[in-house]
Amino acid sequence: MFLLKFIFRNAFRHKLRTFLTVVGVAVAILAFGMLRTLVGLWYLGVETSSASRLVTRNAISLIFPLPISYEERIRQVSGVKSVSFGSWFGGIYINEKNFFANFAIDPKSYLDLYPEFVLSPAERLAFLRDRTGAVVGAKTAERFGWKVGDQVVLKGTIYPGQWEFVIRGIYHGARKNTDETQFFFHWDYLNETLKKTVPRQADEVGYYVIGVKNPDRAAEISKAVDALFQNSLAETLTETERAFQMSFVSMTDALMIAIQIVSYVVIVIIMVVAANTMAMTARERIAEYATMKSLGFGGTHIAIIVFGESLLITALGGVLGIGMTFPAAHWVETQLGQFFPVFDISPATIWLDFGAALLVGAVAAIFPTWRGYTIKVADGLRRIG
Amino acid sequence: MTGSATEVVVSIRNLSKAYRRGDQSVPVLEDISFDIRAGEFLALMGPSGSGKSTLLNLLAGIDSADTGSIVIDGTDITKLSQAELADWRALNVGFIFQFYNLIPVLTAFENVELPLLLTNLSRRERREHVETALSLVNLSDRADHRPSQLSGGQQQRVAIARAMITDPAILVADEPTGDLDRQSAEDILTLMDRLVTRFGKTVVMVTHDPRAAEKAFRVLHLEKGLLNHVPA
Repeated sequence: MFLLKFIFRNAFRHKLRTFLTVVGVAVAILAFGMLRTLVGLWYLGVETSSASRLVTRNAISLIFPLPISYEERIRQVSGVKSVSFGSWFGGIYINEKNFFANFAIDPKSYLDLYPEFVLSPAERLAFLRDRTGAVVGAKTAERFGWKVGDQVVLKGTIYPGQWEFVIRGIYHGARKNTDETQFFFHWDYLNETLKKTVPRQADEVGYYVIGVKNPDRAAEISKAVDALFQNSLAETLTETERAFQMSFVSMTDALMIAIQIVSYVVIVIIMVVAANTMAMTARERIAEYATMKSLGFGGTHIAIIVFGESLLITALGGVLGIGMTFPAAHWVETQLGQFFPVFDISPATIWLDFGAALLVGAVAAIFPTWRGYTIKVADGLRRIG
Repeated sequence: MTGSATEVVVSIRNLSKAYRRGDQSVPVLEDISFDIRAGEFLALMGPSGSGKSTLLNLLAGIDSADTGSIVIDGTDITKLSQAELADWRALNVGFIFQFYNLIPVLTAFENVELPLLLTNLSRRERREHVETALSLVNLSDRADHRPSQLSGGQQQRVAIARAMITDPAILVADEPTGDLDRQSAEDILTLMDRLVTRFGKTVVMVTHDPRAAEKAFRVLHLEKGLLNHVPA
């Protein structure tokens, strides 16, 4: 009890120094938590991918399309439950700053395959019935103030022209980490327009999504699908949705590794700063430690006092940093929602933050604790005066 | 622990100590031998570097001798390990420092209570002991004050209360009046004299101040690590 009281009083003896150290640790923990969350979110698509969905794309590259005629042949492969398809539309709303992902899809089969996009039955029906209808995620709708019935015009980039849509539904995510920023419309609308304007781009899709009855047979089904189109003009590459998402993420692996390294460097920097603070503190108090030893207190008592003070200061910084992480994440989600549709701080990140703060405190305390533990009473007392 | 006026409480024999400076060994104390009787007020005097503070440190068990023995209340402290010495100090030695060495974040009460935290006394017993010690040094009304809120003389009185709180065999004082004005110094010396005459404490004091030494029953002079004069 006494040691605890002593640790608390010592920690706040130099209020400005403690305040600055706590703030320094808090900012480092905030940065660490945000960067770790960013890296985690980068892999969110991979984490949230379904084991019962496969994705088939052109074997050469995703930018090359596949014929619409593949749909029926894929459906006939043993183990395939359902097939849908989509194309990246790449439309722009007013200007490039207003980015959001938009796809031309086969509405019914696509929504059946993606139950995580939740629509009311009425909105779903309205969307299916209207060829120029579109559904949009709640976050994008909120961002632009769109309501059901609103008319939205997207400027085509891959498919030139002004494309008019009527919002027929606003979907919500079934889970907290479901992307609520996407925009879907009828592939038929795109295809029929292309037949008139750019016929060579018609009857093509960007990718197929395959629902499988048994996820354990995913590899076997993938092979069977790809075998169907071997030696054709558009050979396919079928993989699990997870592998498909991973292929996107792997393109930016170097960047993610760099961000991860930076997150660790931030911790190392604050570790050095905290270690310097604790070393200064211990140097100032050597005579006090010697006095306490002269009164009969042992090296272990002194070690607990020094170590405890360091842990207390960094734990306070950690708690403050974690506290700041939530409003910061909320700000990112609201202000940068187009880039980070979900910016959720996971419990694992919180624990990691707190662990990092305690690690900083522990490492920073090693040298001063050792000095306090080993200081000889006579040597320590000579420092007075 | 107090004893009769004739009982030898400290017996120092053939004590030597040298410090190493690079490759050289610098002798600080050479073959020192003398006794201190219970209830004695002893002053150690000598010029700077004569070894008096080193002798006091050895006597208090906070430094180790190269050769010789220091027997205090029947225990040869030169034979104790560091951990044993820490335990021994807690019960047998009270320290009074030139610069008081109070812990700044603790109140006067808490500073005096500090050595008792290493004993098995209950909270209530500790409180009673501390209140008694503070009243003896006339600082009951300053119990809740921190050192920075006390004058030098008051701080030294708190330090004396802390030194005597465990009823140690000896009190060692290193220049206890060195940082005080004349009046405060006089008060502290009177208080130490009272500890000896009224409570039978054994006090060993290092001082440069002849007026302080006058209060002692016996004065030992150290010169270049040698004891000059050991009166009976």
